[in-house]
Parts: sequence; structure tokens; C-alpha cells
Amino acid sequence: MVNSQEILKIKDLEKSFDGVPVLNRLTLTVKRGEVLVVIGPSGCGKSTLLRCLNGLEPVNGGQIVFEGQILTSFQTSWSRVRQRIGMVFQNYELFPHFNVLENILLGPVRVQGRKKSEALEKAEFWLNRVGLWDRRESFPRQLSGGQKQRVAIVRALAMDPEIMLFDEVTASLDPEMVREVLDVILNLAKEGLTMIIVTHEMAFARAVADRIIFIDQGVIVEDSPPETFFENPATDRARRFLNIFQFDGVQRGSRGTGPKTVPVRL
Amino acid sequence: MDFEFITARAPLFGQAARLTVTLAFWGIIFSSAVGLVCAVIRFYRVPLLRQAAAGYIELARNTPLIVQLFFLYFGLPRLGVVWDGETCAIAGLTFLGGGYLAEAFRGGLSAVGRGQIEAGLSIGLNRFQLLRYVIIPQALAVALPAISAAVIFLMKETSVFSIVALPDLMYVAKDLLKEGYSGESNLMLVASYLVVILPVSLAFGYWERRLRFAGFGS
Ligand SMILES: Nc1ncnc2c1ncn2[C@@H]1O[C@H](COP(=O)(O)OP(=O)(O)O)[C@@H](O)[C@H]1O
Ligand SMILES: [Mg+2]
Repeated sequence: MVNSQEILKIKDLEKSFDGVPVLNRLTLTVKRGEVLVVIGPSGCGKSTLLRCLNGLEPVNGGQIVFEGQILTSFQTSWSRVRQRIGMVFQNYELFPHFNVLENILLGPVRVQGRKKSEALEKAEFWLNRVGLWDRRESFPRQLSGGQKQRVAIVRALAMDPEIMLFDEVTASLDPEMVREVLDVILNLAKEGLTMIIVTHEMAFARAVADRIIFIDQGVIVEDSPPETFFENPATDRARRFLNIFQFDGVQRGSRGTGPKTVPVRL
Repeated sequence: MDFEFITARAPLFGQAARLTVTLAFWGIIFSSAVGLVCAVIRFYRVPLLRQAAAGYIELARNTPLIVQLFFLYFGLPRLGVVWDGETCAIAGLTFLGGGYLAEAFRGGLSAVGRGQIEAGLSIGLNRFQLLRYVIIPQALAVALPAISAAVIFLMKETSVFSIVALPDLMYVAKDLLKEGYSGESNLMLVASYLVVILPVSLAFGYWERRLRFAGFGS
């Protein structure tokens, strides 16, 4: 029986590198239309989790079921599955020898065999949405980081994926460009696209998430709605992690005029 | 300088140059195919084939062409395989060039970032499409200087073809030396090689500059 509400079911997922476990029997279910934000300290396995979901890393154990299809099988045709799972990387990874439009059309035309005119229409729609239609002939090297990342998002969306994976997509950006990328993702969330987002932007996480999971040492330590997670984390580990982003009660230093707080809006 | 001699013998050099170019052309085309196959085998670490390719590359690069030709022209017949001079020349150049071009291509392939490959995979490209649309165009841009050096090296190596009795440029020049016109013959020999090789060299230079402007990296 396939529960039509569930788009992705991960059960007891295990992944290790050279015998060192990174994901420890991780279990997680994602519902259709859900925006799941994954938070956790560096090296806890967030990227590894995403990479296992579209076959960039072979897993060592457990099961991944996507739309009723078992992905953790020798027979998985990853080329087919990846057409339905969009992925956006921290470093954009646009193809440098193709211009914006060629980057976007490669998948729909060459992989999915769509008509060029139809793919072009879709590319125009998305590029307009992210404000880059007039840059369609530009090469990646002519774009800013924020523009490159928006093109990378469109490249993934142009395939009509059923779920999108975002791996710290603003981590390489200058602060003034972070917002333009996050706004694109926020709009996608509003439209009900299923997404798994790894981020260190806490304010964004809170705004975009239907649900937050906190991972530490390869296991899910907390799994809760954003309000609960940020205001009332259940575990010590999550609380300590969140404190890194807080400046409340930090002394201003020797020349300070007494204790002052610099609250960070979450 | 006897210009009458030069004009009289120029057609001879023209013919010889055409033979040199033809042999070099096919040798380099086949070398590229062999080199590309070897480089891709090593890139994807195909078991067994990978060791075979590595062995072949060492053998090709560390033996002189003249020895390879000797084997093909004088050795193979003893094993019952008789090839004519042209076949031996093209086969020999392919054997040598395959090794050099494999190394040139490999340098380019290893310069393509892991992230680029994963980005290609993530939009569903299969192995072949990944090579064609993502890996080879980028590898080619990086490898072009090495490819250019190898191609020009191979064109110059054709000068030993006369040992398999082919009337190429060297062969014709040697013949004329016997007539005692050493200055004229040498001049025509140098000029002929320049006419053949210089355009190739310039074309590669132009291509390299164009790719640089296309701006790879970052
Ligand atoms: N290809 C790899 N080879 C070996 N170790 C790896 C590899 N990829 C990730 N790791 C290790 O796995 C752990 C989790 O990495 P990652 O999933 O990238 O963490 P995160 O994205 O949460 O920062 C880290 O300790 C990292 O060093
Ligand atoms: Mg990561």
C-alpha cells in the first residue's frame, strides 16, 4: 500500500565512509507539499543525507522509498529518478561552457526528450519568475553568485521535479545576495512544492519550514514544527546549537557601557 | 642556389608533402580515437582495461617510432602478417600517438570538477550524455595545449616514415642529396615541413585563444 500523502520514506538509512558511520539508521517520512528544513552542526551528515536521496552516494543499509519506488535497490535507474528529484548545490555548479538558457534546456531537451519550444516556454516562465530572463544569453562567469544560484534553481525546476533538495545554497554567497535566493525558495514553498532544505540561515528556516529536523551525529535528534524548535527545543543539543546564533547576554567588552544585548531576530 | 633545380623538383616535394599530410592526418585521427578510449577507460577506472591501457601508454611513449615501424614492417611478416608501407606508417603513428593523446586527454578529464559531474548527474544525464555535454567540452578546453603539442610532435615524427620505403618528404630530400644539390634540397625540405606544420600550429593557437575567451573556470 502506498500512502498517497507520503512522497518520501526513509527507513533505517545507514551510510559510512571508510567504516566511519555518518548516517545511523536514520528514519524520516516526508509528505507531499511539505517543506522540511534540515539543521545540524557541520559534519553531522546533512549533505550526505541529500546525496543519498538522489544516488550521488551509495548507501550501506536501510531503505529509501520515493513515490512507492524503492530506490535502495541494485536495479534503480538513477537517471530516471533524478529527473524527478531536483538538486541545488552550494557552489551552483552551472556548466561554464553553456549560457544560461543552454544550462536550463540541457535536461528537459536532452534527457527528457521534450520539444525545444515547450522547454523554452517553461524556461522563460521560470527565468522571468527569478528576474533573469534578460540574462538568458549570459555565461555563468558573467553572473553574480546570487544570479548563478537562481539560474541553478531554474535548471532544476525546468525538469518539473516532484521534490527539490537544497544543500546550503546560500552558504557561498555574499550577504547582500542571500536574500534574492531565499526569496525564490520562499515563493516555491508558498506554491506547495515539496522541498528538503539544508541551511544555516535560521531566520529563513523558521519562515520557510513546515517542519524542522535537527540532526546530530547522523541521527535525527529533534523533529518538530519551527515554532516549537526555535522557542522550545526539546533537547539540550539543539538548545546549545541554537545558542551559537544568539547574542543575547553577550558582554560588549572592556569599553562597553555595561551589559548590552544584541538580539538576533529568528 | 640553383633556382631552376628548385622549380623543377618542387612538384616532387609537393607530392611528397601530400603523402606526409595524408599519413599524418589518418594517424592523428586514429590516435585521437585510441587516446580518447584509453583516457575514458582510466577516467572511469574500468577494471582490467584500465591496467591494459596504462601498460599500452607506457609502451607507446617509451619506445621510438622508428622501432615501432621496424616491428610492423619487418617483424610482423615473420608472424605471417604483411602490411604495406602506408598501413604500417599509419598504424605506427596511431600506436605512438594514442599513448601521447591518452595522456593529454586524461589531464583534461581530471581537471573537470567532481561538482560538475554531480550537477550533470543530478539532471538525469546518463554516462554517455555526461561525457558528451559536460565532461568532454570542459576537458578539451583544458587539454588543448597538450593536444596541440602532441599533434605537432606526431606530424614531425612522420619524418621517419621513409624507412618503410614511403616516398615522403624525407625520402625525396635524401634522394636529391645524392644528386649533390644539398643546399637546395635542405631548403625545400625545411620549407615543405613549415608549409605543412605551421598552419596546424597557428590553427591550434587560434582555437586555444577562442576557448580562453569563452572563459572556463570560476
Ligand atoms: N566522500 C567522503 N569521503 C569521506 N568522508 C566523507 C565524505 N563525504 C562526507 N564525509 C564525512 O561525512 C561526515 C558528514 O559529512 P556531510 O554530510 O558533508 O556533513 P554536513 O553536510 O552536515 O556538514 C563528515 O564527517 C565528512 O567528513
Ligand atoms: Mg554539507
